[in-house]
Amino acid sequence: MSELSNKDYLIKITNVEKVYNMGNNTFKAIENVNLTISRGEYVAIVGPSGAGKSTLMNIIGCLDNATCGEYFLDGEDTNCSDNDLAEIRNKKIGFVFQNYNLISKLSILDNVSLPLLYLGYTNKAAKEKAKSQLEKVGLGTHIKHKPTELSGGQMQRVAIARALVTNPQIILADEPTGALDSKSGSEVLKMLEDLNNEGNTIVIITHDRDIASHAKRMITVKDGHITSDEMTVKKVIA
Amino acid sequence: MRISQLFKIALFSVWSNKIRSFLTMLGIIIGISSVIILVGMGKGTEKEISDQISSLGTNLITVSLTKTATIDAADLKELKSKPGIKAISPQISSSNINVKAGTKSSTTTLEASNSSYSEVKSYTVSSGRFITDSDVDNRYNVLVIGTETANNIFGTENVVGETMYVSGIQFKVIGVLKSAGTSTTGSSDDKIILPISTAQRILKTSKISTYYVEAKSQADIDTAMSYLKIFLNKKYGLRNLATSTTTDADYRVLSQTSLLTTATSTTKSMSNMLSGVGAISLLVGGIGIMNIMLVSVIERTKEIGTRKAIGAKRRAILAQFLIEASIVSGIGGILGVLCGYGGAYISKIFFATSIVISGNTVIGAFIFSVLVGLIFGIYPANKASKLNPIEALRFE
Repeated sequence: MSELSNKDYLIKITNVEKVYNMGNNTFKAIENVNLTISRGEYVAIVGPSGAGKSTLMNIIGCLDNATCGEYFLDGEDTNCSDNDLAEIRNKKIGFVFQNYNLISKLSILDNVSLPLLYLGYTNKAAKEKAKSQLEKVGLGTHIKHKPTELSGGQMQRVAIARALVTNPQIILADEPTGALDSKSGSEVLKMLEDLNNEGNTIVIITHDRDIASHAKRMITVKDGHITSDEMTVKKVIA
Repeated sequence: MRISQLFKIALFSVWSNKIRSFLTMLGIIIGISSVIILVGMGKGTEKEISDQISSLGTNLITVSLTKTATIDAADLKELKSKPGIKAISPQISSSNINVKAGTKSSTTTLEASNSSYSEVKSYTVSSGRFITDSDVDNRYNVLVIGTETANNIFGTENVVGETMYVSGIQFKVIGVLKSAGTSTTGSSDDKIILPISTAQRILKTSKISTYYVEAKSQADIDTAMSYLKIFLNKKYGLRNLATSTTTDADYRVLSQTSLLTTATSTTKSMSNMLSGVGAISLLVGGIGIMNIMLVSVIERTKEIGTRKAIGAKRRAILAQFLIEASIVSGIGGILGVLCGYGGAYISKIFFATSIVISGNTVIGAFIFSVLVGLIFGIYPANKASKLNPIEALRFE
């Protein structure tokens, strides 16, 4: 595999396998996974619970290393130490979680500044950038609020602002609408779609095919294998 | 992440858990304040004792005779001619002596000696005169009175020429001692000083067992002590020639310097013991910090997971918790220092304890408290930094 082909894709996963040791037994969560994602794509990874999509997300999100196989993110091999993985996550990946994972004691401004601080920004620069990012998601007037003072949809928008603030290569959304009512859910999906239209690469992980259908490409995972990988037919809204 | 930002995060975390942080600090506060008070007490006692001893004159040598040994007038004369010796005063003392003037009576301490006594013991009279050789030779019923005793029975310090009774015998006051203040051993001003010959008659004793010898200078102390020992050994056929020990079966020769050394080393070991007690309470405080930090790590597992997911490296998490632990213990240290000062002030006012708090103790205590936080923070901080982000995010 030449270096060039690794750089062609944003994500290039080759023969990846993840094995968990459970006492004396070993459990293969994913096996023989091959996947490439290009810049600017909007991909949904879909599958029932226990299919291995969380494992796949953890590997794509550099939260975990694969047991074997190769994973190049933005041309960079991700088979490295915990600290280097943290740096990759910091610079290249923006997470949006189902339960937001905002730090409840910090204001939403501080929450959004946090990735920048880990990146080495000064307090002032980080806050300025975080503020403008919050303005973009429509929360510029709430910057002093604590996450608990906001609605679920607002919290998820804060999480999206936090994911975007470092200008990552990829936004990784794990069931981003799972804890939201349908109205806020569709708002969040709309926002992700807009972000994709602006050129951001988005990977969304969900068990819900309806939500997955918002993406341009749907990858189905079942029993640790990718069973289908297809372009979605864009629904035309009359 | 910058260190100042880590400090800010840690400070914020300490502040947002005010009550818990304070309770955690309490161990350190108690530890540090007790170290400061206890060490201060030790140092205070040390200083007081050494002040007291050096106020008696560092040129002073005490000779205590035990058993049957005596020194007569001729011996005194001979000793006085020895090199290094400036003056010798025999002394008799007795406590609980009844004194009376007019209708008022009191009990006081009696000291009796000769004319050199004022010089040897650094006594000065504020009015009147001290005992003279002729008072001693003629066994005059005269005395020098301390200011407190004078106030007790006369109600004034202006008592030169007045008549008073000591154990029922009439005396004339010839001088008033200059006030020397109060020390741990009681007032130095509550005493009367009599000619030694008169006192021997009143107390019905001829035995003099204590002699105060004044060396010509501090450098002459060793010479004077050697001559004293040689003389006493020769006179009583004792061995112990020129040995440096100050203790013997028949007599003891002690200089103030050796007394000072003994007293200082005693109080020093007391100081050390007291700081040891304080250190134990600091240790307990440190364990408290570790305990709370461990709980805090578990409680904040999800926060740690989030921080790691968005890019916090291990050392950023480690530093955050270490700084938090040392901020708690550092603030505890500062509060402990303040409490120590407060406690010292209170005990100075209410119990007249002398407490000396040195800058070194304060700085040392503060640094030690921060170190306690750092050391006891290592385990919880390391635990936090090692958390697996996936498991931490899943933690409920």
